[in-house]
Amino acid sequence: MYVAVKGGEAAIDNAHRLLADRRRGDRSVPAMQIEQIIEQLGLAVDRVMSEGSLYDRELAALAFKQARGDMIEAIFILRAYRTTLPRFGYSEPVDSGTMQIERRISATYKDLPGGQLLGPTFDYTHRLLDPGLMGDEAVGTPPRREAGDRQAPRVSDILAHEGLIENDSDLPDDHPAGDLTREPLEFPMARDVRLQALSRGDEGFLLALGYSTQRGFARSHPFAGEIRIGEVEVEIDVPELGFSVCLGRIQVTECQMVNQFQGSSKSPPQFTRGYGLVFGQSERKAMAMSLVDRSLRASELGEDITAPAQDEEFVISHADNVQATGFVEHLKLPHYVDFQAELDLVRRMRAEFLASQAGDDVADNGVEAAQ
Amino acid sequence: MKHQQDLATYNFAYLDEQTKRMIRRAILKAIAIPGYQVPFASREMPMPYGWGTGGVQVTASVLGPDDTLKVIDQGADDTTNAVSIRAFFQKVANVAVTTQTGKATIIQTRHRIPEEPLSENQVLVYQVPIPEPLRFLEPRETETRKMHALEEYGLMHVKLYEDIARNGHIATTYAYPVKVMGRYVMDPSPTPKFDNPKMHQCAALQLFGAGREKRIYAIPPYTQVVSLDFEDHPFEVQAFDEPCALCAASGVYLDEVVLDDRGGRMFVCSDTDFCEKRRESGHVGAMSGQSGETVQ
Repeated sequence: MYVAVKGGEAAIDNAHRLLADRRRGDRSVPAMQIEQIIEQLGLAVDRVMSEGSLYDRELAALAFKQARGDMIEAIFILRAYRTTLPRFGYSEPVDSGTMQIERRISATYKDLPGGQLLGPTFDYTHRLLDPGLMGDEAVGTPPRREAGDRQAPRVSDILAHEGLIENDSDLPDDHPAGDLTREPLEFPMARDVRLQALSRGDEGFLLALGYSTQRGFARSHPFAGEIRIGEVEVEIDVPELGFSVCLGRIQVTECQMVNQFQGSSKSPPQFTRGYGLVFGQSERKAMAMSLVDRSLRASELGEDITAPAQDEEFVISHADNVQATGFVEHLKLPHYVDFQAELDLVRRMRAEFLASQAGDDVADNGVEAAQ
Repeated sequence: MKHQQDLATYNFAYLDEQTKRMIRRAILKAIAIPGYQVPFASREMPMPYGWGTGGVQVTASVLGPDDTLKVIDQGADDTTNAVSIRAFFQKVANVAVTTQTGKATIIQTRHRIPEEPLSENQVLVYQVPIPEPLRFLEPRETETRKMHALEEYGLMHVKLYEDIARNGHIATTYAYPVKVMGRYVMDPSPTPKFDNPKMHQCAALQLFGAGREKRIYAIPPYTQVVSLDFEDHPFEVQAFDEPCALCAASGVYLDEVVLDDRGGRMFVCSDTDFCEKRRESGHVGAMSGQSGETVQ
């Protein structure tokens, strides 16, 4: 036949077999186990869970392996699975104040109740390639101590005692939390839905937007009030029982930015909040999210909207990397019907242009252009 | 309606019944308000956004076990994405599929409307990338929704007027805006404007799904669909200088196939089923050899 796309079915099959081959790579090298990915590439797994909006390390690791390490592809695979799962209900709000903390730092207080805990961080490492990791060098056991019963109240709660920071939220207690996976997005959004969108938003995109606010595009004078990473309990209310039961524990990273605020016609001078919460350990994402959350509150706080990071429709419409990659990459699908229509138009317009240039000599040019 | 066999983990046609009900409600609303974009809670599908997820969700929601499905992309049944979507529904719904326009009860399409007139017992499902006809004039959804509500379409007419002022004619060749039942301006999806007249008073139900943008809209059977134009610059469709090189059809949309690097080319039907049927019934085009080799 004349059309190159004939036999598409066989071509697709063969392409997928080649993909499987490339994914496996050199057969003399042992195949990667899911446990290895979970244990040794944990931060990749965390990002897949976080932007895939599904807390399951095993499935996230599987998606990561299936995607050959392509983050957005892995996130996509996990999302496409998540969307088929039934909803049994919505959990109670998690209480990050009772978090089993592994890392907790505050940039606003030198010391504070509960102390500063560095935890497993890249901070203060020197980024020198470590030849030891080329092999399987033994790694010692880190020193540990008992957690004790030291409380670590949230920095925002400490500030709130003095009334120096705004309340956590103006939403009433009986406000049912929105669900952006079940309701169509509509602008303007309530902050709960916006935070959901940011939490599953692309890390790179939010990082760049957060960065732009630091460089003067909607400067928000942020301080990292607190970053904490650890495990929290997820509880669900069971109406038949009359009390909530614990479903399990999840690891989350929470960031509370404290932002200077001069006050406006709507609010008195006080510190304002930007909030970030993501699955697993991802400080960069949580921090970027809290910067962007704060900048998106511009209209709520009566600030002038001057920069991209303050523009809710711009930010939220473009933060989802699964949507973005799909639409950008759809350009490789055939468009020859539309292209044909454009070809026809450009030829016609060129013919008209050349004809008008040639003045009276229309006939000759018309023929030329038609070829 | 669980499908037996080895698909225990997925419902018939992939989507769960609750999701289908939500989408069917959106479709009913869309049919009730022709041309109006109904927001719906679009799901992630196992194919990428921008690759037909809206059309696939609409098809999955209206598809029954007795349906016969046809999927085309660029008018052809065998383009890779059409093959992929057809295979998807064969896998998750086990429905009968066909390449024949007349035999299909549901036709999912990207970028074309079949040449053969559709009938009352058919549904045409369009894949839509950008459902908002005003999007490239006004990027904000909050604004465009307001413009539709107020029937404020002056901006679109100004754009078309500027085309004429600059080029002597309207320079939109595909996704050419239409007005449905005298009320909503609607994007017909990126079909060439050649196909616009087929939407008018069409016997089949036309459904439009935009997954990434989370919108569904519809044209009920026998609805007035008018391409925007001016009295002194009436709407006109593309015309081709020569008939299809394989089946000699004229008055159909043609694809240009480049044969060599010396300017050699042929024009063939974009609708492959239509072309094949004509050749079967004895129509012969200028370059239609006995086998494919002679063409090359």
